[in-house]
Amino acid sequence: MEVAKVDHLKQMNHRFRQELIELLHKIQTGHPGGSLSCTEILTLLYFDKMDITPLNLQNPERDHFILSKGHAAPMLYLTLAEKGFFDKEELQNLRQINSMLQGHPCSKTTPGVEVSTGPLGLGISAGCGIAKGLKMQGIDRHVYVLMGDGEIQEGVVWEAAMSAAKFKLDNLVVILDANGVQLDGTTEEVMPMGDIKAKWEAFGFRVIEANGHDITSLSEAIDEAKEIEGKPSLILAHTVKGKGISFMEGKNIWHGKPISDAEYVTALKELEVEV
Amino acid sequence: MKQSIRDAYGNALCELGEEMKQIVVLDADVSSSTKSGVFGKQYPERFINVGVAENNMISMAAGLSIVGYIPFVNTFATFMVGRGADPLKSLIAYGKLNVKVAGAYAGLSDSYDGATHHALEDLAFFRSLPNFTVISVADGVQARKAVKVAAQLEGPVYLRLSRAEVPILYDESTPFELGKGDVLEEGKDLTIIATGVMVSKALEASQILKNEGITTKVINIHTIKPIDQALIVESAKQTGRVLVVEEHNINGGLGSAVCEVLSETYPVPVKRMGTQDCFTESGDYEALLCKYGLDATSIVHEAITLIRTN
Repeated sequence: MEVAKVDHLKQMNHRFRQELIELLHKIQTGHPGGSLSCTEILTLLYFDKMDITPLNLQNPERDHFILSKGHAAPMLYLTLAEKGFFDKEELQNLRQINSMLQGHPCSKTTPGVEVSTGPLGLGISAGCGIAKGLKMQGIDRHVYVLMGDGEIQEGVVWEAAMSAAKFKLDNLVVILDANGVQLDGTTEEVMPMGDIKAKWEAFGFRVIEANGHDITSLSEAIDEAKEIEGKPSLILAHTVKGKGISFMEGKNIWHGKPISDAEYVTALKELEVEV
Repeated sequence: MKQSIRDAYGNALCELGEEMKQIVVLDADVSSSTKSGVFGKQYPERFINVGVAENNMISMAAGLSIVGYIPFVNTFATFMVGRGADPLKSLIAYGKLNVKVAGAYAGLSDSYDGATHHALEDLAFFRSLPNFTVISVADGVQARKAVKVAAQLEGPVYLRLSRAEVPILYDESTPFELGKGDVLEEGKDLTIIATGVMVSKALEASQILKNEGITTKVINIHTIKPIDQALIVESAKQTGRVLVVEEHNINGGLGSAVCEVLSETYPVPVKRMGTQDCFTESGDYEALLCKYGLDATSIVHEAITLIRTN
């Protein structure tokens, strides 16, 4: 990827982190930790890799995206607004009554959200359905599913993984936001998942590892995944929960905690440093 | 003459598959039981067997509907609810997706397999999901028509099916009108409202009662939701008493739905017949129906009691 493009995305990620902190501080609800770990993944997909725009949503010949870890909705909404799916002013109404922006993504209210998510594990399964449908229709496009690593503790994820391999869904690219932390603690404490890479490989996936906060690393991984034939792929994106805000990094309490005024000041001060 | 509801369903899917190329059929390793396998043989390229994984089957159907297909998902009714509750609510109902959910072996019809395989909670569940249309067919002819109606209706539909062979009540020319109950017998002493296999039992009971000098109005409510409020209220006004018979727990199913309608508009005495909030057991189907009070004799008995006491 060109240096200018990487720089542009870096600036955007930095701005999104600031906007996220401002927004979640203002509304005193929502999930900062998991939003900050997948910032680079979302912006790279929407502003470089995926063919999805407000104008081509009715066109069957386009890519698809599912935020299976639905609690990262705030960062998805920032991305969708930037992409022009709805007015940025709407962001101020996040999680408030009569808003188009629900606590977890809702396909009925939010333009650009194709599958409602929130209960974990269903997104990859719905993604298998879309990918299978595209194959049946002979449409050569990709389905991107973003999952959390705590999420893969759900049994349905492995049901879906088996079916993705059976149906040879090489148009399915699953990105695992592996931040190692879930609501109640680290994944190691709550439910150790062993060798994640070996598990997905055993289920028939090609696994590609990447640094989930490094645009170039992620970009190369996605490009490689798109070329794979005959089997689905999983990008094991190593990330940090709460990335960019020192006191949030790697802390499970920041899964869904309101940001206090003092914390808000500290966080913004950290983000004042230019990238 | 009797016909198996599941055979009628399988054949209907197959017929419709020819007409509507958007139809895809999913099953979770029970296609020989649900008869979705009939479609699978005819259209293997539009048949998806996900293995023993109901949750994934339903979620995949959500995805298929998003790219324009009309998926019919198939498994036993009780597993559909038990294993599929999460995607049925949060993907299919919430997203108002065009997915058709066929619950096989409803009620006690998978009789020998016992309580774990009997579905006596499915109507309560689907009735509580916004956006769902809920259909419960009474014979093979209705099963065939309901498949077509469900496919043509935009949005989620639950189709309650049975393993049982039941008397043919309808002829091909009778229209299947969604949301409209069918009056199968006119009478003045009592209204009997039934659904599914219980419709034929209600008709049987109605004949016995006629011989005793009691005339009953027998209604088949095949669309549990949206329910035919007008017909229920009109019948309550005519007969003053209502008996509801269903192969379901008395809590949350058709009996509850009828009580909800009448208590808010025209309260009359209602007796709900169904399983009495209990778990069931293995056995011959007809023997089980007798044991749990869902045979013609039990309906006659409850009808007479209701008339004598009210």
